[in-house]
Amino acid sequence: MPTYRAPLDDIRFVLHDVHGVGKLAELPGFEEATPDVVDAVLAEGAKLCEEVLFPLNQSGDAEGCTYDHGTVRTPAGFIDAYRQYASGGWTGISADPAFGGQGLPEAVRFVFEEMQCSANLSFSMYPGLSHGAYSALMSHGSEELKARYLPKLVSGEWGGTMCLTEAHAGTDLGILTTRAEPTADGSYRITGSKIFISAGEHDLTDNIVHLVLARLPDAPAGTKGISTFVVPKFLPTEDGRPGAPNGVSCGSIEHKMGIKGSATCVLNFDNAIGYMVGEPNKGMRAMFVMMNGARLAVGMQGLGLSEVAYQNALAYAKERLQGRALTGTKNPDGPADPILVHPDVRKGLLRIKAFNEGARALAYWVGMLIDTEHRHPDEAVRQEAADLVALMTPVIKAFFTDLGFECTNIALQTLGGHGYIREYGVEQYVRDARIAQIYEGTNAVQALDLVGRKLPMEGGRLVRRFFSLVKADVDAAADDDVLEALAKPVGEALGRLQKATMVLAEKGFANPDEAGAAATEYLHLMGYTAIGWQWLKMARVAQARRAAGEGDAAFLGAKLKTAQFYMARLMPQTAALLAQIQAGAGTIMAPAPSEF
Amino acid sequence: MKIAVCIKRVPVMEVKFAITADGSRYEETGLKYDINDFDLWAIEAALQLKEKAGAGSVHVVCLGPNAAQEQIRKAMAMGADSGTLLETDARVYDGLAVARALAAELKDGGYDLVLFGRVAIDSMNQMTGPMVAELLGLPVVTNVFKLDIGGATGRAERVLEGASEVVEFPLPAVLTIDDGLNKERLPSLKGIMAAKKKPLDVKPAALGEQAVVARSMALPPERAAGRIVGEGADAVPELVRLLQTEAKVL
Ligand SMILES: Cc1cc2nc3c(=O)[nH]c(=O)nc-3n(C[C@H](O)[C@H](O)[C@H](O)COP(=O)(O)OP(=O)(O)OC[C@H]3O[C@@H](n4cnc5c(N)ncnc54)[C@H](O)[C@@H]3O)c2cc1C
Repeated sequence: MPTYRAPLDDIRFVLHDVHGVGKLAELPGFEEATPDVVDAVLAEGAKLCEEVLFPLNQSGDAEGCTYDHGTVRTPAGFIDAYRQYASGGWTGISADPAFGGQGLPEAVRFVFEEMQCSANLSFSMYPGLSHGAYSALMSHGSEELKARYLPKLVSGEWGGTMCLTEAHAGTDLGILTTRAEPTADGSYRITGSKIFISAGEHDLTDNIVHLVLARLPDAPAGTKGISTFVVPKFLPTEDGRPGAPNGVSCGSIEHKMGIKGSATCVLNFDNAIGYMVGEPNKGMRAMFVMMNGARLAVGMQGLGLSEVAYQNALAYAKERLQGRALTGTKNPDGPADPILVHPDVRKGLLRIKAFNEGARALAYWVGMLIDTEHRHPDEAVRQEAADLVALMTPVIKAFFTDLGFECTNIALQTLGGHGYIREYGVEQYVRDARIAQIYEGTNAVQALDLVGRKLPMEGGRLVRRFFSLVKADVDAAADDDVLEALAKPVGEALGRLQKATMVLAEKGFANPDEAGAAATEYLHLMGYTAIGWQWLKMARVAQARRAAGEGDAAFLGAKLKTAQFYMARLMPQTAALLAQIQAGAGTIMAPAPSEF
Repeated sequence: MKIAVCIKRVPVMEVKFAITADGSRYEETGLKYDINDFDLWAIEAALQLKEKAGAGSVHVVCLGPNAAQEQIRKAMAMGADSGTLLETDARVYDGLAVARALAAELKDGGYDLVLFGRVAIDSMNQMTGPMVAELLGLPVVTNVFKLDIGGATGRAERVLEGASEVVEFPLPAVLTIDDGLNKERLPSLKGIMAAKKKPLDVKPAALGEQAVVARSMALPPERAAGRIVGEGADAVPELVRLLQTEAKVL
């Protein structure tokens, strides 16, 4: 049986010692988010994840969701767990207190998100989508829609969804065909069929609030002709209860590789009543609010699964006795040595550990930037934060889920054949991790977003901000031998990233296929560099605390060793990535379809 | 229903303990703390009684260092209404001194029930509850694993060695709670946010003279590795012999 313990020591190290989460309490509206409250919230959130959500993870996978005449049943235990989750206020952790939320920083929700994804990714999809619907309505909904729907979404009584995908329109939303006809009372009639809708139908909430992309009759073609609508499963009554059924029905659910406890639904809209969110034909704006948040959350799925996979692989590697260490017996009393003695096993585990801890530091940094972007009194500071969040969103989504999947797979390998069978639970993490590379915009699309939109934005300002932050930390490391040795590979990676940026600017402009051919490698190059930079930051803090005799010496020593491993064993990837980028699109575009 | 629950801040037992160089105390660095398990069940019992009665209050009292405010806040996050910290930096080994300080605090509170955990998992004394009851002149029921309060009387089931006992008692009374009565609730997010605003009174603990002091402490000896004496039925005679002659348990 697998186990999960939220890595609270590491979480606290990153939040308090590395990023100084206390400064969030200085932002207007976050007066109550003092470090002691943040710690208490995370400690209890961790227990909820460990004791309530995690025990339902394996059973939820085995049972899956069941479809019966338009209704969907979630796996046993989900209803009770959801009730506890919602009544405890966790659905509204960072929501506006004006609508019943707890008003905590997004950064805190981010951390909680990671723990939930470790504990039970399928379960976390339900409140996660409600939060997405909340964000879209909060930023683009009319006051009337907000008053009607937000309190219910925040309390968790009602759930939310995002309905984008249609059978013929996945990545290319511009060709979607669901229609919205205006009516005399200002509402709309929605007709069309959506597929792959997570949480589209289930038994956890009294009502479901669908946010649906559709076209008005006179809409221009492409994404500039898409509008967003709120379509409730049951039309709310005047006093806010779920009333008459609307024309939405669930046609079936998918049978799939992973996240089996999360219902993936075909939703048929048949003259359903909907209300517009935002302006006509500008629906992608509202949906992008939801999608940007969701992309970061999906990145956390990669990290969360990698973390739980690591914990279980490590426990196994310490206990499994097999073979002798190459340099001589380490466990003379046993029939063999623990497999942790073998360099290959150690290397695999260290790759996961180095990714997890570095990714955690990068993610929480971005989490705090979101709060800064929303709340800082200084416009210039807000703009800088917004730039960095925009730049990092595709990196977190795609790099975390690519590496997250790779890491769960390494964890499985650590258990040998026992990793492949169900009992130990690790194969589930591999299956669950796989979807995160696909939904919320495939990772290829994230790379195109980075290269095609974020790099040229504001004349390259976003990426220049990032470069200068990294460079400042590399330069500052000259004062300490240990740090200087770590800073050198970070500086080299930054140089490669800058070079790749130049290559893209020159070639990609002339020939867009060049940009398309380089995009994924470029995103990975930025991911390795950004996480390496966070390792340098963590190493600086670890060095300082050790020198001051503060903190747990073993923990801080392990931090430094893991930083050194990252630089030695993961950072060199950046050289290969640059070489691939420089190789250009030629060999990719050369073969004719018949030559494949 | 006005209920007081006395809680203790104890180290989380999963960590490795170390003894200070002079052998007088355990090392505090690296330890984490929580509410004593049995006290969590006492808090839960109090909250359930209040919820069932539909009215009343749950007040938490803790004797300990300033940092024990964290445990009082946790009890509040679970649902307790208010708290008092009787602050002391001393490590107190004299149970009677603790009981006196608690009794002095509780004496004029007008509580219908005062709840304790059966035992603190760090000091293992099992005496604070009964001594406080004695000092307050109240009836005490220990090791409660089933509880029913109706009007001015209560009915409890107590754990005995291999049996149980049903007792009745008048209110006000002191109870010590055993495991099995309930499973404590997790503090909710709403509870944590609300706890910040609940009244927490901090005052010095009136400990007085302490008759008991700790002279020295030692960790238990390392356990020797297990031994496999054989497999199947053939191994039984040797196992029995070893259990008789070496382990001396048969
Ligand atoms: C379990 C699950 C849950 C989901 N939940 C939701 C949900 O809640 N709401 C929702 O609306 N959708 C949801 N989806 C749909 C998901 O977002 C889409 O599957 C995804 O966006 C990809 O679309 P597609 O499947 O049509 O693939 P396609 O768009 O057909 O893509 C196929 C391949 O081509 C590549 N590709 C396509 N276009 C380009 C391009 N322009 N440049 C480069 N490469 C390209 C893609 O990267 C991919 O590798 C879910 C899907 C699954 C499986």
